Formats: sequence, structure tokens, C-alpha cells
Amino acid sequence: MAKRAAPEVNAGSMADIAFLLLIFFLVTTTIETDSGINRKLPPMEESDEDVVIKQRNIFTVLLNGRDQLLVEDELMELKDLRAAAVEFLDNGGDGSCDYCQGKKDKSSSDNPDKAIISLKNERETTYKTYIAVQNELVAAYNELRDTRAQALYGKSFAEMQADYKDVNWPGNKENLKAKIDQIKVDYPQKLSEVQ
Amino acid sequence: MSKFKKKKSGDMPAVNTASLPDIVFMLLFFFMVATVMRQNTLKIENNLPFADQVEKLDKKDLVMYIYAGKPSANYTQYGKEARIQLNDDFASVKDVAAFIAAERASKREELIPFLTTALKVDSDANMGLIGDIKQELRKVNALKINYTTKKGSVLGRE
Repeated sequence: MAKRAAPEVNAGSMADIAFLLLIFFLVTTTIETDSGINRKLPPMEESDEDVVIKQRNIFTVLLNGRDQLLVEDELMELKDLRAAAVEFLDNGGDGSCDYCQGKKDKSSSDNPDKAIISLKNERETTYKTYIAVQNELVAAYNELRDTRAQALYGKSFAEMQADYKDVNWPGNKENLKAKIDQIKVDYPQKLSEVQ
Repeated sequence: MSKFKKKKSGDMPAVNTASLPDIVFMLLFFFMVATVMRQNTLKIENNLPFADQVEKLDKKDLVMYIYAGKPSANYTQYGKEARIQLNDDFASVKDVAAFIAAERASKREELIPFLTTALKVDSDANMGLIGDIKQELRKVNALKINYTTKKGSVLGRE
């Protein structure tokens, strides 16, 4: 058989085909949001005995049906909430917390371990406001943890957590885990929600 | 001086489009990789609120999604109040427990403690509904939850 040269395939329409596919994927793409505020719900079984908590160790945040914010029995704007929460948590009233930078006010919280933020909302509160308040309270904790981490290890808490999750991070993970836990012990997140 | 006169040829040379398919293919591959096909068709409005203290959800397959919000324009016969959507259909608060049980049954046993419930709730829904969902989740001991939000500042976005 005589050897015949294979005919050249015309590739001129390749761009069109590629465009068609491109437009299909452009239209169907939805970049999914997969980040948010992590919370842990309290377990169902409740102990009968009442735990006595001193009033000065509780920071009450109330959200009413009209999305108004009542903090420690006073009306407050959302933008002031973070600072107020930081001040409350970092108060260190009984002097047992040597890293606290607060005012050491006797009428406010004893130490970060005892300080509890209590959040109460009504059924009519909108979700948007609730998330905003949650966000500000978490931000207050993160702010304190960041300062503490900077003072102890010269790195922010967020960086440490990012390093811990990063598989390519070269340092000692167990060591880092211990450091992260130490900061979590120094500023435990005690946020309770009232039903 | 005619020596320095430019030669005027009227037509411009055509732009070479030989690399166009390559560029288009590059874009195509980007979108193919970035595309996540939606698992559920939403029957509700789902405009997530903003927050900036967010953490990433780590494992996609360990997340159970609960949607809530006002029925969208095509489903106005279901009313105007915010409702729960599980999988592809509207559901009531009572169905949450069964949904969690079904999701758990579909996962390997050793993964069950790591399951997280992601609440994708419309920003205009009210907290009563979410309180009910949270109560149901506590009953079935699904305590790890995540309020899915968009990234952005919470202040000044009304």
C-alpha cells in the first residue's frame, strides 16, 4: 500500500468550542462561602443545682425585638460593644490575673477565667444583628488573645492558629499546640446564651 | 525631501489570533476547577449576613447544611415567613432531628463526632426560628455548629 499523508485537521473552530465551554462554566460557577463563626451548643442535660455566679462576673448583653442593644442595663451602639467587652474581660478585679491590663475595678469581673458574657435575644431579633453581636464578642476575645500571644510569643494568635493548620509549616506542632492552649486557658471563651 | 516621506500603505496588518484558543482554554480550566456544582436547589432567599471574625470550615464532607429564609419569589404560596430548607425541600422544625440522623447514618461511624452543622440563614430571618433549630440540634446532640457568613465588616452594612 502506498503511504498517504494524513490530511490536516482544521483547528479553526477550536476557539469557538472552548468559548462555548467557558461560557457554560462562567454561568454555572458559584463560589461557595464556606466560612463562618464556629460555636458550640451546650449539651441538653442540665444539672439541678444552681451554680452561683457573682453579678459582677456577668456581662449581660440583651438584644430586643427591635434590634436594640442593652449592655449591663444601658443602651449601647454596636460599635462600642467590642471595647466594652474587652474592658470587662480584661478587668482583673481580684488581682489574680497578672497579665490583665484592665482597670482592676472592684465592681467589674474578677479575672478572665471567671468572667462570663451572657447573651440573650428575643424571638423577633433579626439574624443579621445577632450575628453582628456574636461577631463583636468573638472579636473581643480574639483581640485579648492576640495581645497575650504578642506579649508571650511575639506572634498574633491568628497567625499561630494559621501556622497550626498549615501542613507546610516547618516548626514544632506540638509545641505550638501547647502555646495555643496556654492562651486559650488565659482567656477562655465563656459565652453563654440564655434561652 | 520626498526621501523621508513615510510610505503610506492603507491597510493595517491583521492581529494574530493564533494564541486566542490558548487564552480561552486557560480561562476555561480556571472556571472548571473553581466551579462547585450546587448540591441543593434553594427555594428560599439566602442572603447571608456579614462577619469578620470568621473561621474556615475544614472538611466539606463533614458538614451538614441547614438553610433558612423567606421563600423565594417562585414559592410565595408557602408564605412570607422564614422557613427551613433541608436538602431540596421545605421542612419544619420537627424534621431537623430526622435530617441529622439521616446525615449521620450516611457517614462513616468514626467521622460522626467531627460532623459540623452549618446554618445558612438569611440575614432577615428572625432569631425565633434559629432558636428552635438550635434547640432541636441540642436534643440530638449535634453541638458543633457554624453560622455561615460572608466575609466583611458588620458595621455600616444595613
